[in-house]
Amino acid sequence: MKARVFVTLKNGVLDPQGKAIGHALNGLGFSAVGEVRQGKVIDLELSEHDEAKARSSLKEMCEKLLANTVIEKYDIELKP
Amino acid sequence: MKAAVIVFPASNCDRDAAVALEQMTGRKPRLVWHQEKDLPDVDLVVLPGGFSYGDYLRSGAMASQSAVMRAVKAHAEKGGAVLGICNGFQVLTESHMLPGALMRNAELKFVCRPVTMTVEETQNAFTRKYANGQSVTFPVAHGDGNYFADEETLNRLEGEGRVVFRYAPGQNPNGSARNIAGILSEKRNVLGLMPHPERVVDPLLGGTDGRGMFESLIETLS
Repeated sequence: MKARVFVTLKNGVLDPQGKAIGHALNGLGFSAVGEVRQGKVIDLELSEHDEAKARSSLKEMCEKLLANTVIEKYDIELKP
Repeated sequence: MKAAVIVFPASNCDRDAAVALEQMTGRKPRLVWHQEKDLPDVDLVVLPGGFSYGDYLRSGAMASQSAVMRAVKAHAEKGGAVLGICNGFQVLTESHMLPGALMRNAELKFVCRPVTMTVEETQNAFTRKYANGQSVTFPVAHGDGNYFADEETLNRLEGEGRVVFRYAPGQNPNGSARNIAGILSEKRNVLGLMPHPERVVDPLLGGTDGRGMFESLIETLS
């Protein structure tokens, strides 16, 4: 099974990189661009076929390492 | 005082810390590789500055999972002193030995210059030789030093007298919440700070303001 984990800054946590990207896009003439938030995508291959088990083990991975839950939130996407 | 300096792959202030410790204590600290499961019998463990594991994932994140950190946690739980400088501070927050997180500098630039701070607390093993409110100048050299914690945590840190160093007005180099430069653990035996005290223990290197920290530790732990 394949999984994709999205790690992004929590709402309310200032994202200076996202802000800089937004300014750069505005500078390129994309004037419709408002707030930009930047994050990470982590792709994993799992030797697990049970979706519930995969999800609970990915949640543990996020809590222990993939995300710093003081500042970041995560979303898990499974692809069979 | 017996000390150990932990060496992670891509630590680069481990030698600075070792030289400063030897100069101040007269004895060589033990250098401990990150794969070691046990620590030598020491009073103080230093987590040095650098870019452990290439700052992969987040600064300090990979180092916090290394074998030696279990031993460092156990040392701290027994009341042993732990000093995390720069990347060492990042490792301490990633290990949940200190609250909060160190985010990218607000200006998105690596900052490398001397900064002036105020010593806000002297009731601990690390700063007792300084005067309360004393102004000290240490160099900083980091890209991820922007201290973040939620309001409740920040209030608690201040209320419990755990903010040890604060950047002086106009000196905050990274956007750190409430100008925080260094904090203590709840038991006050773990200190993390972004600026580098080990780089200012010899007048030849531009200052001696860092000596007070080593003198404090020697007085407390010897």
